[in-house]
Amino acid sequence: MTTLTAPISTDFQVEEIRKQFPILNREIKGRPLVYLDNAATTQKPQAVIDALVNYYTGYNANIHRGIHTLAEEATAAFEATRDTVRAFINAPLREEVIFTSGTTDGINLVAATWGRANINEGDEIIVTGMEHHSNIVPWQLLCLEKKAVLKVIPVNDRGELELDVFETLLTSRTKFVSVVHVSNALGTVNPVKEIVAMAHKAGALTLVDGAQSSVHLHIDVQDLDCDFFALSAHKLYGPTGVGVLYGKKEILEAMPPYRGGGEMIKDVTFELTTYNDLPYKFEAGTPNIADVVAFKAAMDFVQETGKEKIAAYEQELVQYATGKLEALPGLRIVGQGAHKASVISFVIANVHPADIGVLLDNQGIAVRTGNHCAQPLMDQYCIPGTIRASFAMYNTREEVDLMVTALQKAIKMLL
Amino acid sequence: MSVTLTIRDIEKEIVEEFGLFDTWEEKYEYLIDLGKRLPPLADEFKTEANTVKGCQSTVWLTAGYRDGLVHFQADSNTVITKGLISMLVRVLSGHRPDDIINAPLDFIKEIGMTTHLAQTRSNGLAAMVRQMKNFALAFKVKNEM
Repeated sequence: MTTLTAPISTDFQVEEIRKQFPILNREIKGRPLVYLDNAATTQKPQAVIDALVNYYTGYNANIHRGIHTLAEEATAAFEATRDTVRAFINAPLREEVIFTSGTTDGINLVAATWGRANINEGDEIIVTGMEHHSNIVPWQLLCLEKKAVLKVIPVNDRGELELDVFETLLTSRTKFVSVVHVSNALGTVNPVKEIVAMAHKAGALTLVDGAQSSVHLHIDVQDLDCDFFALSAHKLYGPTGVGVLYGKKEILEAMPPYRGGGEMIKDVTFELTTYNDLPYKFEAGTPNIADVVAFKAAMDFVQETGKEKIAAYEQELVQYATGKLEALPGLRIVGQGAHKASVISFVIANVHPADIGVLLDNQGIAVRTGNHCAQPLMDQYCIPGTIRASFAMYNTREEVDLMVTALQKAIKMLL
Repeated sequence: MSVTLTIRDIEKEIVEEFGLFDTWEEKYEYLIDLGKRLPPLADEFKTEANTVKGCQSTVWLTAGYRDGLVHFQADSNTVITKGLISMLVRVLSGHRPDDIINAPLDFIKEIGMTTHLAQTRSNGLAAMVRQMKNFALAFKVKNEM
């Protein structure tokens, strides 16, 4: 356990890393940008920006069907990202990696295909009380359509899931458990491996929402044994508009297709269409080729920097920031779970989070305020929302200090 | 009762007031002060129908019509938004529906607060302007019937 005064690991050269992110040189309202909204989206390293430019300037073509050189190069680059993703999440097979537009898209795919085919009246689906709306609404829609029941694992005051209650929610009617790996609103790291095992024991399938976790934690879908895992590239230093849905092959194969169109078919006649093999069955139409290609550069960047080193650095930074913030009068951290990733969510007595957000922005500090698309959770804590500072590999202690100073100023102006 | 100042006159007053400020701090301290001084709306008016909901702050808006003039009352759960709506009420309240409907409200831009208008989802200010104009339109239509 590191202490608050311990120096940050010397083998992690944050200044060198910052040089790789051109946007960090920006000024906001005459002040250097302090970007602490990484849970919303991360900034992009030069390697990702270069990969996008190189794709469009060097080998833009439609993939998988052209016979010309450009099409071959584009296809190779697109498929290379699939291999990198496979290794990044330790999926057994490359065809278990499906490109989507993001985590939301992946969850909707599962709810719409596996869900429609397998959920019947009276069946039960379980989510948690700390889900992003993306992992609530698709299941709600499915439950409405099928007259199924949506159950919720409660969250305690520290922001942790109550697993003993989860145990009691599992019944013979439980068909699916969809759970967030790391809460975007609180930073809590959930014991998903344990949850998956409990769900499987009850005969239910599982999906892990990895939107927040895939950038901070080592992801091993085989170790987790989850049936589906969804992530977003843009929260992982990659481009927007790309996501991944991992699914176990036998389950994906049994699932009906999601969207119809080109790429996902084998043969089409007006009487009958046969579908393409995995993963193409779920990748209808021309995909987001450029951004998928550039996503590889993002994962390579993370792996080369060292995911464990990044995690250790971020943990130290979060501890430093937590100590500094807790010292401010009237400030309360929301989400005090034992295991947390790079998110600090807090409220300040007698001050609305939105007012703080505006005054921080005027001082160059980018944080997120609001309900973080987790309205049920905010309602549970009886707060309109929180102020959320979320950290990435390029943030520094100096930036934490700037945020704290800016916060003190904002509070003084408001009270 | 006759209106002595036009909407544009009041806008000019506000722009002049803001012209006195050199820093963003002074500007926002003034807004916060305006927000704190805006009389709270009675709970009976804080109904679902009077709510203009943003992603972060909530605004309540109600309007009355007397002698051909529209009068607004508004409140918000965040003080900066309250300051902004207090200015909108000051500018638009007590005017004829047509003048309200046609007001370009350039002062918001002139005092450098357009970012608040753009962030429709976060504070609902743009929605509030629309709602004020809708009230004016409703009174106008009712009056002409």
